[in-house]
Amino acid sequence: MIPEEISSVVELEQQEYIINVGPQHPSTHGVLRLVVSLQGEIVKNLQPHIGYIHRGIEKMCESLTYQQIIHLTDRMDYLSAHMNNEAVCLLVENALDIEVPERVKYIRTILDELNRLASHQLWWCSFGMDLGALTCFFYGLRDREKILDIFEETCGARLLLSYNTPGGLMWDIHPNFQKRIKDFIKYFRKKLPEYDDLLTGNVIMQARTKGIGILSLEDAINYGITGPTGRASGFACDVRKHYPYSAYNKVDFKEILYTEGDTFHRYKARIDEMWESMKILEQLVDNIPEGDFTAKMKPVVKLPEGEYFQRVETARGELGVYVISKGDKYPYRIKFRSPNFCNLAIMNNLASGFKIADLIAISASMDLIIPDIDR
Amino acid sequence: MNNEKLQAKVLSIVPNAEVINGKQYLEVTVIPDKLHELAKQLKEDSETQFDYLFCQSGVDYGDSLGVVYHIESVKHRHSIVLKTKTPNRETPQLDSVCDIWNAAEYHEREVFDLLGIKFINHPDLRRFFLDESWGYPLRKDFVDEVNIIEK
Amino acid sequence: MGIKAMKYEEFKDNDTLELFKKSGGNILFTTVDSIINWGRKNSIWPLTFATSCCGIEMMATGASRHDFSRFGLEVYRASPRQADVIVVAGTIVHKMAPVLKRLYDQMADPKYVIAMGACAISGGPFFLNSYSVVRGVEHVIPVDVYIPGCPPRPEALLYGFMQLQRKIETETIRIKRDPVKEYF
Repeated sequence: MIPEEISSVVELEQQEYIINVGPQHPSTHGVLRLVVSLQGEIVKNLQPHIGYIHRGIEKMCESLTYQQIIHLTDRMDYLSAHMNNEAVCLLVENALDIEVPERVKYIRTILDELNRLASHQLWWCSFGMDLGALTCFFYGLRDREKILDIFEETCGARLLLSYNTPGGLMWDIHPNFQKRIKDFIKYFRKKLPEYDDLLTGNVIMQARTKGIGILSLEDAINYGITGPTGRASGFACDVRKHYPYSAYNKVDFKEILYTEGDTFHRYKARIDEMWESMKILEQLVDNIPEGDFTAKMKPVVKLPEGEYFQRVETARGELGVYVISKGDKYPYRIKFRSPNFCNLAIMNNLASGFKIADLIAISASMDLIIPDIDR
Repeated sequence: MNNEKLQAKVLSIVPNAEVINGKQYLEVTVIPDKLHELAKQLKEDSETQFDYLFCQSGVDYGDSLGVVYHIESVKHRHSIVLKTKTPNRETPQLDSVCDIWNAAEYHEREVFDLLGIKFINHPDLRRFFLDESWGYPLRKDFVDEVNIIEK
Repeated sequence: MGIKAMKYEEFKDNDTLELFKKSGGNILFTTVDSIINWGRKNSIWPLTFATSCCGIEMMATGASRHDFSRFGLEVYRASPRQADVIVVAGTIVHKMAPVLKRLYDQMADPKYVIAMGACAISGGPFFLNSYSVVRGVEHVIPVDVYIPGCPPRPEALLYGFMQLQRKIETETIRIKRDPVKEYF
């Protein structure tokens, strides 16, 4: 016979409790609202509510020219701003069959990889911070400032570059560009093992991330999970390898694939991507060919009538830009297939059955940027 | 498979589909009733095996509302575009493809939110970014005095 | 005349802001005022609130290169009850505006607001043709300091905090501060 006091405790534990991980987070992921239904500490169901930063970029672009759209694409996934810009530029160039000079392709790829490094450094900062390791915040941002210095010298802005334009670049690179990148690579090769010392080998971090939030390969393909999140489950989705653009067919790099699909391997996939980015930079930085920094373009860009699609690999996954043009200087319909919007769909499946502290580790490893979800 | 073989395959499943060779992909337009069957066949057939839906967008064509599906096969690395449209602008309804590709769940919610197209058999069709008082902003006849328009 | 109602031509430089100290009163009040204001301005703790890109520059300001804890902003408080200033970094849309108002209402007096970035000042790049952006956070809560830029550099954010410190220096305990009345 269960005594009175204990039976009421048992009844209480079996009720479901709904809490709101509200739009204002202590961690720095942005304005995502998760309505979590808990039983004790175990997550039973998870519903994301988004739209707290929905600015209507797709509707705004229907009354902007293609050069103006580039400045708005910066603000979607602001940590891979250069790759977003490149997507629209490549779409316009492929639609008009314009051949950009080789110099432009090399510089675009170099800035892409620098941007990827900067984005992964910031991801590492916030991953450590979410797990409680505040030191990672300072280490990652210290190294990121060196990349932002290079960006600032090249185009004047630290975060939202807008250096690309349909046909090429806004202006040529400055004379110190190659020297600064070589100095940075030498510096960062010594610092990246420090990241492993601090966090990867830590017993607590491994216990909190190994075996948590396992994503299977069929789920990854079915839900369209791309980027390091999908590649950690074995989904070979790297656009740089399978549909190369710019100078990616001239460099030799590995596509990082793991099969386990848990939080720890999503973490390791991004750290390994940082090593591959440095390898790509070393191959490209000394071989920038001479030439023009832009192809000849008319001042008013009009795309011929038809539909166009361009895919690039941002730091978080595959960005797709779909344009329907009626021959005008404005697009009739533009749609951005953002990687974070598709990656969010899997959060319910990954977190169900784990504790609420694991939910924080899972969402940190998925690396979501909320303005990219809402556009 | 290259475009000719894909065209033959599609026409064998749905004989009166319109197939155009677009600049990048083969574009197939079908009537709404045949879309689900075509999509299911394209996924399950081992020669085509289109298992990755990488983009689903809603479009307002002016007189009709439509949806465009970009699908790819991971094994064979070929892609195709499926399109469908409905002339009903008051209560547009199309078949959902959530049972074929789970990625469609979120994409269809977004299309419902911004364009108003309802999807039959969708497990959870709710507004996503906006709430009920907003209307359907991505339609071409959306008028809002709050906007400041400059053209 | 408070700092808020000053015309652009009259704004000479930062030191003249100190002329707006509400003068008068005996030596006890002015000494107590200066001690309390010194304590308040050197230890403002911000609330963690960042919606979009400006949030990254705010994090970069808190990092080791441009450290803002040397100005007194030691830690970020996640709970609005414990925070002094809310730095609105990023665009505010119609769905988020009630949440922002609720956070502001939950903060304890004295509280300050800094509008960081072009989106928070006036809607920024989303001013034209966007159907869901609030054109400026001042439609929702009264703002003390505006920091222009898209995104503003970390040094600009630090300058904005120093301006807020100068504004706090001009307060007095004889008059209770009402941010809404001060705004209009």
